[in-house]
Amino acid sequence: MAKKETMTINMGPQHPSTHGVLQLVLELDGETVVNAVPHIGFLHRGVEKLAENRSYHRALPLTDRLDYLAPMSNNLGYVLAVEKLLGITDQIPERAKVVRVMMAELTRIKSHLVWLATHALDIGAMTVFLYCFREREDIMDMYEKISGARMTSNYFRVGGLSLDLPEGFEADILKFIDAMPGHLETYEGLLTGNKIWRKRTIGVATISAEDAIDVGLTGPALRASGVDWDLRRDNPYSGYEDYDFEVITRDGCDTFDRYTARLDEMRESCKIIRQAVDKLQPGPIMADVPSVCLPAKQDVTNSIEGLIHHFKIITEGFKPEPGEVYQGIEAPKGELGYYIVSDGSANPFRMKVRPPSFVNLQALPQMIEGKLLADVIAAIGTLDIVLGEIDR
Amino acid sequence: MPEMLSLSNDPVLFLCVMITKILVVFIVVVLIVAYATYAERKIIGRMQTRLGPTMTGPLGLLQPIADGLKLFFKEDIVPAQASKLAFVLAPMMILIPAFITVAVIPFGGDVVVYGYTVPLQIADLNVGILYILAMAGLGVYGIVLAGWASNNKYSLLGGIRSAAQVISYELAAGLSIVAVFMLSETLSLRGIVAAQSGSVLDWYIFSQPLAFGLFVITSLAEINRTPFDLPEAETELVSGFCTEYSSMKYALFFMAEYANMIVVSALIATLFLGGPAGPFSGPINLLLKVFSFMFLFIWIRATFPRVRYDQLMYMGWKVFLPLALLNIVITGAVVVF
Repeated sequence: MAKKETMTINMGPQHPSTHGVLQLVLELDGETVVNAVPHIGFLHRGVEKLAENRSYHRALPLTDRLDYLAPMSNNLGYVLAVEKLLGITDQIPERAKVVRVMMAELTRIKSHLVWLATHALDIGAMTVFLYCFREREDIMDMYEKISGARMTSNYFRVGGLSLDLPEGFEADILKFIDAMPGHLETYEGLLTGNKIWRKRTIGVATISAEDAIDVGLTGPALRASGVDWDLRRDNPYSGYEDYDFEVITRDGCDTFDRYTARLDEMRESCKIIRQAVDKLQPGPIMADVPSVCLPAKQDVTNSIEGLIHHFKIITEGFKPEPGEVYQGIEAPKGELGYYIVSDGSANPFRMKVRPPSFVNLQALPQMIEGKLLADVIAAIGTLDIVLGEIDR
Repeated sequence: MPEMLSLSNDPVLFLCVMITKILVVFIVVVLIVAYATYAERKIIGRMQTRLGPTMTGPLGLLQPIADGLKLFFKEDIVPAQASKLAFVLAPMMILIPAFITVAVIPFGGDVVVYGYTVPLQIADLNVGILYILAMAGLGVYGIVLAGWASNNKYSLLGGIRSAAQVISYELAAGLSIVAVFMLSETLSLRGIVAAQSGSVLDWYIFSQPLAFGLFVITSLAEINRTPFDLPEAETELVSGFCTEYSSMKYALFFMAEYANMIVVSALIATLFLGGPAGPFSGPINLLLKVFSFMFLFIWIRATFPRVRYDQLMYMGWKVFLPLALLNIVITGAVVVF
């Protein structure tokens, strides 16, 4: 009898389907995974440390670069945390809150589209990839219209929004969410009933509800394991309590259920966006807290007081009372939390990010051990990780 | 009735005609290979709301030439730890069987040249089908060797997958053809075409629908096309067996993939669709059939995800093989009674 040896294989950081620079050290017996160890850190930029050396306003652009597929969600979590620290949460104008919800949900669709695209591509369905990116392009265009940037939008501000919505933006967004259910049906037409797709996803990379909670899984991955937990409903922020939506849960705990759950989440997001557009009333977009909020652009250019006000906030920043705060939001990938400690200076003493991808990645080894190499790819895809926020 | 041209009755003319046939077939196949890459990119592009190549020449028609030139001028890297001979040999071992399989495919009826009958086929082997299966079996050595010689774990996995895949699918493919030559009572492809020459209803696709379906699917697996492109599954194995290949060696693998598509399409056309029979002259009919199957393969690639290794094995051994055997039993019963 020949001696049996396992083979160690370095999957990544340069590999087409590790979604960035994840390295998986896999111990293979044939094609069966005996042991899997994820290695991270190839995209570490020190976002948390950088934030300690910047004023609160200037730390905001760093958050765009965490989960670069959902920049507005990251912005939202951060500004909510800082607002909570300052105690101005109640003073955020209604219009700003509604636009935040609208854009956060649009971001959810954007993030889920990239997830579906890459997940399907990993499993071999090439066409869905391009269809999803076509729709994502529309969202990017809307991003560009409101913030000037397609990816690193940096649109929200502590106290409100950086700019008001451009003219006719409501029509754009309504047009998009009118078309979106049809697009979702197209994807489902290519995948849901497809026998090969079902075989590749049903019963693959399962994780039970208990294990999911033990690991700290959040977001669609947790809800597809049957745990009914969504911060938008269970710990509402930015006025989510005023919207009518369903929290999508599934009981299959597998890749297929995570897939259908996310698709349904996109439908729910469309619903929320529609309600947000209905709620949209003209009004101020910045809280009336001059010590924190930047003045409007026309004041800066037209009056000396405005210019000085702007200058003071940009150069000195604002100084929250010493204290600490945690704010979690339901980002597309799960619970995104910001823990900020203030020592009374203009810079955060410590900013800790709880990235959903990092925590969700911890479920990967137990999902894939004993499974085949092809399932590893499906598992990475179904967890929807983004290395930008894992490494930070 | 004019005499059949052979080496004994007019050696000079025979050799001239033979070389002409080989050249023509070779050039046509190479051209189709080149433009199959173009067609694939255009068709998949259209299906995916893209345009495909547009910049190189009118409608991007010079794209295959540009690709070829580019690959030709790329640095040819042989990994330091690779097994040199096998590494160099592997791309040839996969391309050559693909090309020489075309030799037995009849692409038309007979023509009369200087008073001799000349068949429009390079070689009419009386064991044509066995020859084709043998060549298909040879082709996989190229993949296995490439995977082994590259000294790369992904390549190795690709090579192993390929070996396993071919063993499981060649059986089912071979057995599904058995039913065809049970009806035609010959192994010569020319004979099989002749047996279907009556009307359209004589085509074996109508008397052997199950064998046809099995053969189309197993052929997809044999030529490593989606959804059975496991040996090179780029999202799992980076690029599988050809991960370490570059320059012309890579181009040879690429050409072999398309050459195999042509061969398999031609084979399906010959075995099940009457070969060169049809409304136009022989070669054109065959080409049309080949093109429609290639279109089908491209379409499938744009539509389907990839199956998993164990599922592929399961289908091969537990679904296709029993079905092929069942088909033989049914055909046998029909032939006897």
